[in-house]
Amino acid sequence: MDEIRIKKINRRKFIKRLIVIILSFEVFYLLLATLSIRRKKVKQLILFEAGDISNFENGQVYLFSSSHFFLYRFNDGGFLAMLNKCTHLGCVISYSEKNKRFDCPCHASSFDINGDVLSSPATRALDILPIVIDRGKIYVDVDNPIHRDSFDISQLKYA
Amino acid sequence: MQSNINNNAYDNKAIPLKGVVSKFFLHLHPAKINVQALKYNRTFGLGGIAALLIIILVITGMILRFVYVPSIKGAYDSIVNYQNDVWFGHFVRNIHYWSGMLLVVVMFMHILRVFYSNSIYFERRKNWWYGLVIFMLVVSANFTGYLLPWDSLSYWAVTIIANVFKSIPFCGNWLSGILLGADQVDETTLMRFYHFHIGLIPVILFIVLIIHFWLVRKAKGVTVANSSLVKMVSVNPNLVYKEIVVSLLVLIVLFLLSLFFNAPLNEKSNPLVSPQSVKAPWYFIGFQELLLHVSPIVGIVVIPLIICLFLFGVPLLVKDDINVGVWFNSVNGKRLTVLSVIFSVILTFVIVLLQSYNIINQWFLIGIYTIVVILWFFYSVLYLKAGRVELYIVTFTILVATYITLIIIGLMLRGEGMSFILKQHIG
Ligand code: HEM
Ligand code: FES
Repeated sequence: MDEIRIKKINRRKFIKRLIVIILSFEVFYLLLATLSIRRKKVKQLILFEAGDISNFENGQVYLFSSSHFFLYRFNDGGFLAMLNKCTHLGCVISYSEKNKRFDCPCHASSFDINGDVLSSPATRALDILPIVIDRGKIYVDVDNPIHRDSFDISQLKYA
Repeated sequence: MQSNINNNAYDNKAIPLKGVVSKFFLHLHPAKINVQALKYNRTFGLGGIAALLIIILVITGMILRFVYVPSIKGAYDSIVNYQNDVWFGHFVRNIHYWSGMLLVVVMFMHILRVFYSNSIYFERRKNWWYGLVIFMLVVSANFTGYLLPWDSLSYWAVTIIANVFKSIPFCGNWLSGILLGADQVDETTLMRFYHFHIGLIPVILFIVLIIHFWLVRKAKGVTVANSSLVKMVSVNPNLVYKEIVVSLLVLIVLFLLSLFFNAPLNEKSNPLVSPQSVKAPWYFIGFQELLLHVSPIVGIVVIPLIICLFLFGVPLLVKDDINVGVWFNSVNGKRLTVLSVIFSVILTFVIVLLQSYNIINQWFLIGIYTIVVILWFFYSVLYLKAGRVELYIVTFTILVATYITLIIIGLMLRGEGMSFILKQHIG
């Protein structure tokens, strides 16, 4: 390796390389474009009907597992709908009636009953879902979770 | 050592290899190689073992494809049925599983061997880079295969890793979209992983491997400890004989493993509940452990980027001041390597312990780690007389030893809910 090689790039070599580079980009682009998801342009509003207000007792947490959320009715009658996914890396949390808190099985984050972080690695309170109350029924917008840093009384929804 | 090698020992008759296949394999080798390359502690046969494992993976994979149904409804049941209803079905699946696991281990040791024997510089530089690409391909192949049984463990492990991607700033959502093909792990994801696993990755891997072998030949074989000593002997039978013995040993180990230890299969996945303690596949456990301590951006972008930069960059850093082919570059290099292993194991343990008591936060942790490592560099240079090349070896050692320590902590010292077991004992 001690000889010094001076590489000359002539026109033919240049064009050849250019073609190879362009083709590689094209293939790479095609692959990525095929793999990326095309999100739906029109956002649909699908409301999940959770039931009559009268079904929910004050101070209780209700799980809607197939729609991935908890509905918590505060003692003053306000409602809070929280996504049941851990804000660390998305495992499904469970509610412990005894300790009144949510626990994540994956990396041991826990959240209090308002969704605020009790122990890390999670750093953000549980996401909440918009609630609509209409003619005595509760509807939850399950497709549009809202990020929040911590719990605030204004997040409650009253009938 | 060289003087007492009996010259006649290498003049054995060639093993009569007839037939197209054996001739083909023979032609992957040169006709003659340096005696020093024959000694087992030159390569430990690791590259060859990896190649054999890949062949076994391809064969068993082809068989499994006939029974596997790549859909949410069919995947899990197809595997259970194959294991229960087909003679040797379990065995075939086990062999595929264990060769996959062994391949990751063997390849990792192969990296250690080429690095520590100073075999990645100058004309072998390109091959080191191709090797790193191979490494990424093999890990991806392993990971995409992990989802295919569609049991609860694989489902949640992939969910977690996709969410790790999501937390990358700017392009996170896009990247996890590329990986999953949807907002969460579902049928599209399974389809995608299946085709990566059986199509794209093996094809690219195959091409890169051919280049890898070709570049070994082009560099005139593997490095030797003493390059001034050039005694060539014929490959057949001297190397071929060893290769046959090693291959048979590997097959025995593989068969025993597959007979006595079943490839894991949990209950069918259920997107509604996460199982207690989801653990990533073991080679990612170090990252999972890291993510318990630092924020995802640091853990998955910054640190891996620095590691990649170092790994791809080392061969560019050296000039003529290096002893190509000499283990650890010098006797002092060997001592430094051992000390650095001890140093990083202790440092990692202490820091993990400190953090499990919530004594320090992530920035403190990164700060302390960096400062102590820098102090170690100074100590190595000033008191242990490390040269430039030895410093690269020290850096590499710290990276590897830290990662292995993290894997061990994650595998053995984390119980239910990822709490730290030592902490429960110490109180
Ligand atoms: C499936 C994976 C792999 C296979 C089948 C494979 C195969 C081989 C073989 C047969 C050799 C000849 C000498 C030996 O046995 O050590 C070799 C050499 C080499 N490999 Fe690999 N390899 C693989 C992965 C890697 C990886 C991941 C790296 C590095 C990141 C790497 C870097 C190298 C280098 C630098 C050499 C030259 C060593 C020398 O000349 O002394 N290989 N490989
Ligand atoms: S996903 Fe819940 S703690 Fe990590």
